[in-house]
Amino acid sequence: MMKRYKDLVPWIIYFLVFGGMLFVRGGGHYVHLAMQIIILGLFATSFNVLFGKTGLLSFGQALFYGLGAYITGMAAKSFGPDYFMWALLAVPLVAIVVSILLGALSLRLSDVYFTMLTLAFAQLAWGITIKWYGLTRGDDGIQAIPKPALLTGNVNYYLFSFLVVTACIYFLWRLDRSPFGSVLEGIRQNSLRVTFTGMSVFRHQLLAYVISSSFTAIAGGLYAGIDGSIHPDMFYWTMSGSIILMTILGGMSGFFGPIIGVTIFVLLEDMVGRSTEYWSFVIGIIMLIMVMIFPHGIIGIATYFGKFFARKGGQVDNP
Amino acid sequence: MSIETIISQFVGGLSVSMLLFLVASGLTLIFGVAKVFNFAHGSFYLLGAYFSYQAIALFNNFWAGVIAATIGAGLIGMLLEICFIRKIRGRSEEGAFQILLTYAFILIIDDAVKFIWGPEYKTIQKPPSLAGTLEIGAVSLPKYNLFIIVLGIVIVIVAWYILSRTKTGKIIQAASTDSQMVGLLGVNVSMVMSLVFGVATAMGGLAGAMAAPLRTVTSGSGVEVIIESLIVVVIGGLGNFWGALLGAVLIGEVNAFGVLWLPQWASLLSFVVMIVVLIFKPKGLLSNEPTRKKI
Repeated sequence: MMKRYKDLVPWIIYFLVFGGMLFVRGGGHYVHLAMQIIILGLFATSFNVLFGKTGLLSFGQALFYGLGAYITGMAAKSFGPDYFMWALLAVPLVAIVVSILLGALSLRLSDVYFTMLTLAFAQLAWGITIKWYGLTRGDDGIQAIPKPALLTGNVNYYLFSFLVVTACIYFLWRLDRSPFGSVLEGIRQNSLRVTFTGMSVFRHQLLAYVISSSFTAIAGGLYAGIDGSIHPDMFYWTMSGSIILMTILGGMSGFFGPIIGVTIFVLLEDMVGRSTEYWSFVIGIIMLIMVMIFPHGIIGIATYFGKFFARKGGQVDNP
Repeated sequence: MSIETIISQFVGGLSVSMLLFLVASGLTLIFGVAKVFNFAHGSFYLLGAYFSYQAIALFNNFWAGVIAATIGAGLIGMLLEICFIRKIRGRSEEGAFQILLTYAFILIIDDAVKFIWGPEYKTIQKPPSLAGTLEIGAVSLPKYNLFIIVLGIVIVIVAWYILSRTKTGKIIQAASTDSQMVGLLGVNVSMVMSLVFGVATAMGGLAGAMAAPLRTVTSGSGVEVIIESLIVVVIGGLGNFWGALLGAVLIGEVNAFGVLWLPQWASLLSFVVMIVVLIFKPKGLLSNEPTRKKI
């Protein structure tokens, strides 16, 4: 009973924080920030299935983020607002196909080579998006993407994204604690031993890659609806880079770490980014400190102040 | 396509290759010896370009700029190795943390450069002695590009000599195979690593100073270069010196001729080459390690 209660704590905080965002004074701006936070939060959480859980550092997850955004954006733009939802449903299916192809190719490599191949694929996608003006409108991006009437308005769209993201995160959370999650954990810690148990490391890695990529694409699709404006830079490697940074900032070893990281990062960017143009310098310094002193992120810092907080932040022990 | 066009594209491509080689060989040397993946290597190229700009502004001499770039970038490289990269050695998931740490360097150096020298584009003139062109038959080749090619070849020969014919080179090679054993034999391995890091980043700085008259100097150029050199190094085989040379020549020429063939898509060709190479030869063209994971 105690264990169940402790599992619920992060969820209660999750609902309090993201539900509370709706009631913050000065609404509009914060609802807008909250949309970015939950969507990037889904991106970071699904990225962490690969990175923190399975131990695969992909530097190209922006590819799927951009893919989701462009499928949704282009469909709604050319066929009308009703196709926004259909596109959003099609996004994970397309992402599954693409990620099986790319995953099968890149997972044959290990370590740095895997990281670099994923980076190369994402950069290639970015280049194609920039150059193929007829299809993607190149560097202009796509603006004024229509949404169905029900989803217009910040609050409505926030509620919609909140529902979708929460469903996705709940799925990933169950996955994290499932036997499948334990296998992924095992692959990160000692992949050789996983083979000794008769399981295929490659297949599990591929499945993790496909799951992570599909949820990333859903996040991208949702992003297309925030301002109705998307840009090829969603494919660019700095996008993947910031997600990695946010994940590290929050703590890659706990399930809720990435969301904590995203929340702090976006709020910081909102505050600091307004007052200085040297924002990436600030990020660089934060990242340096995190890597050198707190490699386990904010969850790791919490460990300093007592085990209770550390457990609340994640670090799920499977029964 | 006339033979003159082919020759002038080839020479142009080769000079780009040599600049790429200077950056990529440093990257590969650091990976081979220190097992560090220096994602920030392009930032030393960037620092080289700006140091050179500053020195030329002070002394009004191109070569003073080249020397300042080489020494300055090398010193900063060594400093970063001693203060940061060395400290995270041996941590679990070291590779990922190295990439993140050096990614932080990119962000910091890019903005620091913008802060110190301002965001506007900088231009550096070619030295007067290398300004004109050299006429060979019907082909006219810029002297500066020819000089870069000669410089590149000299550096290849010197590096080959040092790595395979001197005691220092033997130690470096041994350290890349088994650094623990080298340490047991009484060699100060940490110092060798810092030294390698310094030399490699100095080569990056040199490349930055040499490339500056050909491209404009901006704070974003470090990132462009690192992506290109990553492709070069990965194609050739990480940690393989000759692989970096082969990869650099391949990518330089693919770009030079790709522009004639597919002007709009040329910048994507390097990625296509890299993806094709990695699919068929996952550890790069010049690697004789087992190419696939056993599992």
